[in-house]
Amino acid sequence: MKVIEGRAWVFGDNINTDVMAPGLYFKSPMEVLARHCLEAVDPTFASGVRTGDIIVAGRNFGVGSAREQAAMALTHLGVGAVLAVSFGRIFYRNALNFGLPALTFAEAGTVVAGDLLRVDPVAGRVGNTRSGAVHTVPAIPPHLMAMVEAGGLMPWLKLRLKKEAV
Amino acid sequence: MPFTLTEKILARAAGKDGVVPGEIVTCRVDLALLLDSGGPRRIWPRLKELGVGVWDPDRIVLCTDHFTPAVDAESAAILSLTRDFAREFGIRQFFDMRGIGHVLLAEHGLLRPGMFAAGGDSHSSMGGAFACFMAGFGAIEMTGVVVTGEIWIEVPATLRVNWSGRFARGVVAKDIALFLCRELGMENGGRVIEYGGDTVRSMSMQERMVLTNMAAELGAETGLVEADAVTRQALLDAGTEPAADILDWHGDPGASYAGVHDYSAGELAPQVAAPHSPANSGPVGSFEAVHVDQAYIGACVGAKLSDLRMVAEVLKNRSVARGTRLLVAPATTRAMTEAAADGTLAAITAAGAYILPTGCGACAALGAGVLAENEVCISSTNRNFRGRMGANSAEVYLASPYTVAASAVAGRITDPREFLR
Repeated sequence: MKVIEGRAWVFGDNINTDVMAPGLYFKSPMEVLARHCLEAVDPTFASGVRTGDIIVAGRNFGVGSAREQAAMALTHLGVGAVLAVSFGRIFYRNALNFGLPALTFAEAGTVVAGDLLRVDPVAGRVGNTRSGAVHTVPAIPPHLMAMVEAGGLMPWLKLRLKKEAV
Repeated sequence: MPFTLTEKILARAAGKDGVVPGEIVTCRVDLALLLDSGGPRRIWPRLKELGVGVWDPDRIVLCTDHFTPAVDAESAAILSLTRDFAREFGIRQFFDMRGIGHVLLAEHGLLRPGMFAAGGDSHSSMGGAFACFMAGFGAIEMTGVVVTGEIWIEVPATLRVNWSGRFARGVVAKDIALFLCRELGMENGGRVIEYGGDTVRSMSMQERMVLTNMAAELGAETGLVEADAVTRQALLDAGTEPAADILDWHGDPGASYAGVHDYSAGELAPQVAAPHSPANSGPVGSFEAVHVDQAYIGACVGAKLSDLRMVAEVLKNRSVARGTRLLVAPATTRAMTEAAADGTLAAITAAGAYILPTGCGACAALGAGVLAENEVCISSTNRNFRGRMGANSAEVYLASPYTVAASAVAGRITDPREFLR
């Protein structure tokens, strides 16, 4: 899995899945829903985020519902990784299942919006170009590494089904 | 070695003699709940991409509830696709427009103590009231379940929450759930919340389901209540024959808990959670000046027959205040039928309430009853995140059905105990 480099978008605690994928746009295609991703907390996010950018958040990022559209909206917008002090359990699983690296990052508070970060999800490292700091973070858990490296649950299921067919 | 109920269920589902918290296990799924929201519309295209079918149609329960009834071309197409899926894969346990899936599982006796169940919705934790391990997952992960019949779990530790004593009149399980959101916070990852004590033992199954439902708001893996005579009776009432061993599904004496909290039910006042988090809760008295545009009775957690009866009890011989609307979306068609038969529905409609279709409705801004900019709503649902029920500037207060009904009568947030003397 490659190292992800991008600008940091900084959010606080308890960012929930309803604000990432608002129910009002549930029936709309992802292009439309993603335009409203996180608008309730940062109206500039969906239009300003660029491919490879990194979300840095506080505690319990992705608390709330099982809606996978929350993680999908982030990948649709090009988010390269999500770093948070802690995660809501279903969001965490969804993100990794879509191949979106989600890493717990206790020192998320040291990051300033716009910082250029280098994230290595395999080694468990977060580098901050502005401060020069290199933080050690827990890597993707061993039992999920192969799945995330394959690109997520779908590519991993394909590999598994192919193996079973042999 | 003594085990918690969670450890016993996960060991059985993983085919092991015992498991310990932190261990990663692969569990066989006894029952998978799919809903129209995160079910066929998201899973079927993936099955096509993989070129496979479902692992066991008889272990899948499929319900339409989030987009019922169809109100536009998009929701009609989602429901149509869901019906096609049931037909294509021979899903016999398909409940089409019968109500909210989590409540239907209970009504039909489909959850048994000791089961391992996975649901494609966060409030799947509700099933834990039947002493089964039932947790919620995203549709991507439910795709894996539907294909393989398996899912990985990191064995959670158990936090035991005991309640003792009798409630004051007008205080119910929902008040406990909102109180716990403040007390325990919404970040209990890696833990199961197991509810016990004589207060919980003396609750009906529908009230226990409120506690386990809102284990989702606590951020827990799931919620659980050990099996007892109430569990057994609920299964009998659902027309099923409980297995001989159901009372064995409890924690062993001496099992290791991550913590034990003891609370007294007698001291608890009706609780209200202010915008925009279930953890912003406090006694109803702190919010009594707040004017209410809409009062909403709905959702898996808050529109079962037991909830409708609370509403009727408050509304009997009273009227909804001018300037406030009371919307009621019964959780299932059976709840509606029973409420019609025993006078509950008549008391609600005579007071001026507006009855909405059965289903998840306005709780997640998917159905009728969505809020406009700057409107204030008090709701018997489980989440009040910004924009959850409609406009981003709308404010949602969470409360019990008693408190929602009393607030509808007063036109402002009100302590229901004033109406129940």
